[in-house]
Amino acid sequence: MKVRIHVSLKPGVLDPQGRAVHHALEGLGFGGVEDVRVGRLIELDVAEGTSDERLDEMCRKLLANMVIENYRIEKMPETQGAA
Amino acid sequence: MAEFRSAVVTFPGSNCDRDMAVALEKVAGTAPIRVWHGDPDLPERLDFIALPGGFSYGDYLRSGAMAANSPIMRAVKREAERGVPVLGVCNGFQVLCESGLLPGALMRNASQNFICRTVPLRVENSQSLFTASYEAGATIRIPVAHHDGNFFADSETLDRLEGEGRVAFRYLDTVNGSQRDIAGILGESGNVLGMMPHPERAIEDDHGGSDGRALFESVVGSLVGA
Repeated sequence: MKVRIHVSLKPGVLDPQGRAVHHALEGLGFGGVEDVRVGRLIELDVAEGTSDERLDEMCRKLLANMVIENYRIEKMPETQGAA
Repeated sequence: MAEFRSAVVTFPGSNCDRDMAVALEKVAGTAPIRVWHGDPDLPERLDFIALPGGFSYGDYLRSGAMAANSPIMRAVKREAERGVPVLGVCNGFQVLCESGLLPGALMRNASQNFICRTVPLRVENSQSLFTASYEAGATIRIPVAHHDGNFFADSETLDRLEGEGRVAFRYLDTVNGSQRDIAGILGESGNVLGMMPHPERAIEDDHGGSDGRALFESVVGSLVGA
């Protein structure tokens, strides 16, 4: 089972990296960008039937730092009849 | 005087472990035992454990995150909970936060730059076993060298740290964007200290300053006095 873990900074936590990227976008002439937050995407391939609790535990214990980050678990649909 | 038994833990990517060991030997008179991250346990009857600076595991995932889960850290946590003094400097501070031995997190410097210079600090707590040889409120100069030293904790945690006298050192300049200019904090029981500045790089005049020496003297003195 493919699972994507989206790790993002909590609202209110200053994101210097996002700010630098924002400035760079403006420097390239991309106006109208209100805000940029940089996060991390972690793709897991886990055993079928891995419970949500288990995935939560992985996130809380290692993949995200709960002091500064939030996470969202996205289970990927199985690819249909791939040849 | 009983022999001072200390250990310096080396993780893959540590690079201040040797400096830490030299500082400890110069101040305490005995060389620390060197411990590898994969060792199953620490030597017995330690008086002091140091987690050095560096870039453990290449800062993969987050600075200190992988090291916090390495085999030796189970033993470090156990000994810290028994009251053995534990010092984490720079990457060692990051490891202590990631392992839950200290609150908060160390984020990328607000400037996004790696900062490598000597900075003035105020000794905010001179009662701890790490700082007893400093004058309360003294200004000391200690080098910093880090990319992820921007201390973050929620305001409730910050208030608690301040209220309990657990802010050990504070930057006198704006250095890295740390909340309330916090440079080093103590654990709840006072036997764990994490700090971004490197006291082991300032123990003799040839280093350009020796203001870090009193930290090691405090630790050694607290044990000899006990």
